[in-house]
Amino acid sequence: METLAFQGLVGLSLAMYLWLLAAGLTIVFGVLGILNFAHGSLFMLGAYFAFTFYGLWGVNFWFAILLSLLSVGIVGYLMERLFLRHIYHLDHAYQLLLTFGFILIFDDAVKMVWGGVAKIPAMPTFFEGTFSVLGRLFPIYNVFIIGAGFLVALVLWLLFEKTWWGRMVRASASDREMASAIGVNIPTLFTGVFVFGAMLAALGGALGTPVRVVAPGIGAAMIIQAFIITVIGGLGNLKGAFVGAVIVGVLSAYSILLFPVFELFLIFVIMAVVLMVKPQGLFGR
Amino acid sequence: MKKTLMILFLIALLSLLPFFVGKYILYMTIHILLLSLFALGFNLLFGYTGLLSFGQAGFYGVGAYACAKILLVVPSLLLGILGGVAVAGLVSLLLGLLSIRHTRIYFSMLTLCFGMMIFSLAWKWRDMTGGDDGLVGIPRAPLEIPGLFRINMAAMESYYYVVLVFSILAIFIFYRLVNSPLGLTLQGIRDSETRAACVGISVRNYRLISFTIAGLYAGLAGALLPPLENTVTPPVAHWSHSAEPVLATLLGGIYTFAGPIVGSFLFYIIKDIIVRFTEYWLICLGIIVLVLVLGFRGGVVSIFSQKGDR
Repeated sequence: METLAFQGLVGLSLAMYLWLLAAGLTIVFGVLGILNFAHGSLFMLGAYFAFTFYGLWGVNFWFAILLSLLSVGIVGYLMERLFLRHIYHLDHAYQLLLTFGFILIFDDAVKMVWGGVAKIPAMPTFFEGTFSVLGRLFPIYNVFIIGAGFLVALVLWLLFEKTWWGRMVRASASDREMASAIGVNIPTLFTGVFVFGAMLAALGGALGTPVRVVAPGIGAAMIIQAFIITVIGGLGNLKGAFVGAVIVGVLSAYSILLFPVFELFLIFVIMAVVLMVKPQGLFGR
Repeated sequence: MKKTLMILFLIALLSLLPFFVGKYILYMTIHILLLSLFALGFNLLFGYTGLLSFGQAGFYGVGAYACAKILLVVPSLLLGILGGVAVAGLVSLLLGLLSIRHTRIYFSMLTLCFGMMIFSLAWKWRDMTGGDDGLVGIPRAPLEIPGLFRINMAAMESYYYVVLVFSILAIFIFYRLVNSPLGLTLQGIRDSETRAACVGISVRNYRLISFTIAGLYAGLAGALLPPLENTVTPPVAHWSHSAEPVLATLLGGIYTFAGPIVGSFLFYIIKDIIVRFTEYWLICLGIIVLVLVLGFRGGVVSIFSQKGDR
């Protein structure tokens, strides 16, 4: 019983990385209508930038995360301005293909700059150590991650429900032309939303740096999980993405413990069932 | 007439290839042929029917694993290949029934999901698939029909001819298929689902047929792999392998018959040339993808046939 409860906690901390990744993906899809295949690569870039600033150059941990967000934000800005902008009117297939091209580019670019070897920087000292939870040791860092995930959820909710910018974003998500007609600057807003989504992905990647492996290819691995989550929660649905991330995170933690052979398979079964029965997602209308 | 001559010339060239080139080029050519079959099937679904599948590697994997399993028990090349194709066809029929409930992005997601299910079985179901080690020691069994003939396959040249014959047959059948009423119907569905439904076409049934044929071709390409490599490993079923026919088709041209074949050729040529200069050939491929999507959505074939971008 205690093992199960503890494993749930482990799953929850895993879920928070997935949530940060899926949140940006689903926001970008909801507003821009583009399913960004390269979103996982932005997560990876966030991790690499954080590794460089914090692990290599010894910049303060928090400041390194901030710098990493800004750097990925610039990458996102260029990506949207130079490329995505030109394909909004095209079939979704081309949008998937274009963003897929970015996966190839980012993966190889990362290998060129940082080499193909996985990297793990040291943990910031103030996060070292463990908690005793249910008679077991739980890393303090995981507690911090869970807190950060919930905090981001709260901030996003406030941002989208309570601010002027959030209202403009929601308006353009539900009716692009109407929003444009009442004075929302759609092209600028799209750039802003894309950069925002990219920074969320980078935050997930950067926060994971001290405990997760930083290696080429983590983006491509993460994007599939992000797809699963956003599909379960409903494409474009932020609340759904949070619940989906918790479901997938906790479920993987349990199934690694209970039936390791079919862990991955099971998650894809859930995704397939949701897609077939309720393609708009658990929280879709 | 000119076209027929070109094709005959090409077939003659391919048939005589083992007399002129070494093992490496032969090996490359086999891979180009396999990718062509894989991409042709994919393009029936994408270019002709308008459905972008990201799970074709799953069916490729089923074909490869089924063929390998058969060859490990019964050393008969024909049985292995045909068995692999049959199993892949069956699986794609079943998963097709579920996948064609959706179109557009949901279809892409669902096929990605099914493909990854197959991958996860290949990767983790150790008793059946050998897990991440894959299946090893698969014999390149002799091509034989008991009582009729028996050809030894030990030499790469012999196996090359088997692949060539299967490919020419499959490409010929494919050509007839897309130029038949079936092909036209599929394009009609792609251009306007509603219009097709209004003239009495069962959109679902045709999509299912298209899906199954695409699966059969992926399965054939997959089934031809294990006798060549003597092993099968899970990455053949991974989604990133599904991207190969996508890229080949995009390179060659989506709305043309020859596009996927030309694209497969280009894919390997580009790879072969770029890796001579740099190990980072994927970044170049990525840039090519960006250029193609932004500027040349008709692919290379359409540039030369001047049909233009549709």
